[in-house]
Amino acid sequence: MRPGTYLDFEKPVLELEARIRDMREFANDENVELTKELRLLERKLDKLTRETFASLSRWQRVQLARHPMRPYTLDYVEKMTTGFTALHGDRAYGDDRAMVAGPAMLSDRPVLIVGQQKGRTTKEKLANNFGMCHPEGYRKALRLMTLAARYGRPIVILIDTPGAFPGVEAEERGQAEAIARNLREMALLPVPIVIAIIGEGASGGALGIGLGDRILMMENSWYSVISPEGCAAILWRSEGAVGNAPRAAESLRLAADDLLELGIIDRIIPEPLGGAHRDAAASASMLKAVILESLIELGALKPDELIARRRDKFRKIGVFSEDDTF
Amino acid sequence: MEWFRKAKAGLTRQDKQDIPDGLWTKCGGCGEIIYARELERRFWVCPSCEYHFRIGHAEYIRLLLDDGVLEEYDRGLISGDPLKFKDKKKYPERIADAQQKTGLADAVVCGIGKIGGRAVSFSVMEFAFIGGSMGSVVGEKVARAIERAMTRRIPLVIVACSGGARMQEGILSLMQMAKTSFLLAELVEAKIPYISVLTNPTTAGVMASFASLGDVIIAEPGAQLGFAGPRVIRETIRQELPPGFQSSEFFQEHGFLDKIVKRTELKPTLINLLTFLSGPNSGVMEKTGSTLPMPGGLPESPA
Repeated sequence: MRPGTYLDFEKPVLELEARIRDMREFANDENVELTKELRLLERKLDKLTRETFASLSRWQRVQLARHPMRPYTLDYVEKMTTGFTALHGDRAYGDDRAMVAGPAMLSDRPVLIVGQQKGRTTKEKLANNFGMCHPEGYRKALRLMTLAARYGRPIVILIDTPGAFPGVEAEERGQAEAIARNLREMALLPVPIVIAIIGEGASGGALGIGLGDRILMMENSWYSVISPEGCAAILWRSEGAVGNAPRAAESLRLAADDLLELGIIDRIIPEPLGGAHRDAAASASMLKAVILESLIELGALKPDELIARRRDKFRKIGVFSEDDTF
Repeated sequence: MEWFRKAKAGLTRQDKQDIPDGLWTKCGGCGEIIYARELERRFWVCPSCEYHFRIGHAEYIRLLLDDGVLEEYDRGLISGDPLKFKDKKKYPERIADAQQKTGLADAVVCGIGKIGGRAVSFSVMEFAFIGGSMGSVVGEKVARAIERAMTRRIPLVIVACSGGARMQEGILSLMQMAKTSFLLAELVEAKIPYISVLTNPTTAGVMASFASLGDVIIAEPGAQLGFAGPRVIRETIRQELPPGFQSSEFFQEHGFLDKIVKRTELKPTLINLLTFLSGPNSGVMEKTGSTLPMPGGLPESPA
């Protein structure tokens, strides 16, 4: 196992898998009869895998969402679509490589793909700023979404970001304005918008491309007002933010089933046991099926009806009571 | 429906840290010792350096609305605890403490008032209530204020003052950004003018939603404005921030603010802008012709 390609809690499973692999190879090479032993180990592996991944804590899900081998936006685009043509630039300042966007065919449907792209290698990570967008990323997304809307093409958005970039240049170029404008403009786009959180959905950086008709979450993704680390830094600054991130993840209720229960998302997309990275092709086909289903449902609505339902969806979010005596 | 009327004498203190209660007070900008009554007369602007002390919702109502009168709506909206948020202090206790401190149910006050004789849907945030943070109640009240502007066909004015979305309501707080921005899209369609007034501080979730979406955006001098907190930025870039970073002046220089307006000039500026924006093609009920009021000076004595 290469270091940096697995999580601590995955280790026992991966080690056992490696042992079985070795034993099988040995059996083949040396022509030894080990079927019985192998079957025993495989049963043990099956049990261990189930135990490890059956009831994940919220923090473990956050870790899976950040898994170094987790499929990223372009991995899904490659597996789900054909003919993806990345388009660049916000026509105002520059091109943000943390945000990818362009037309593609999803089965037989032309759609606009928009999403954050983290980058796999160190070089890619740096070039893509670890999936943290600058204002020009949000503006590029809006430019192309407006284009899609003008020509009646649905929009598929894949969210995977540790946050909008908090830097001097981002502030100078109006990070807050870019996100706010996207929210206002996406509200009335007259085409179906299907959103899937595939990994990390950190705060305004995620929401900046997160207003639409269907919000889906992969089983091991997270979506929250603040990252667990950010929350821990505020709540338990004196005790150390990093060590308290797992506690913060619990407090924030940022997992997919939390958001479904809170009425924020429409559906959870199941992942292969152990996480999307254990079988990227299977993950992509599940994601694709749900996106297509959503597009078919939404495609039946007239633009006015689509927007009216989108409005209701967001208008009703909030938990409060009214006390006339206050 | 209640009438919110501020007594002319003896303002209640809204922010213990900023509005001084002694006879004399030290300016947070230049350090000058100022006579408190003098400061009050100047709406808590330092006479020497023009440092703007932070003031509360009640002072803005008195400063900006005719006769200091707001017909308040939705006063009794009270936050739930949807996450059962685990913290050192329970969220409902935090709310109760803030209610005790401010006399408000949550961090924004909304209603209808008049500015220079023109009815407006007016909202003002209260920083003393958990840093003016936006949870479900703030989002809902701002949403209703936008809807009120549309149904009554009157302009919208929001005085923002907020550290951002309220962490204790998690994803529900984040979604208030989408909710308020959605309604502002409809406000644009309805051609109802919206003036966003930014005060110290307006950051994060509030800045990245309704506060950034005014037809015209004005700010008090020296306010902290931005998306990310300075501490987060410093930790990200691992170097000191340039002087004046994320101030009103920085914001204007980079093109994200229409105008920096001194507190004493806020009301006449609003009157001029509202007159201009309520033009013949606007959706407002009481449209105005081409005559603008005379610039400069407060049109009527606020106190």
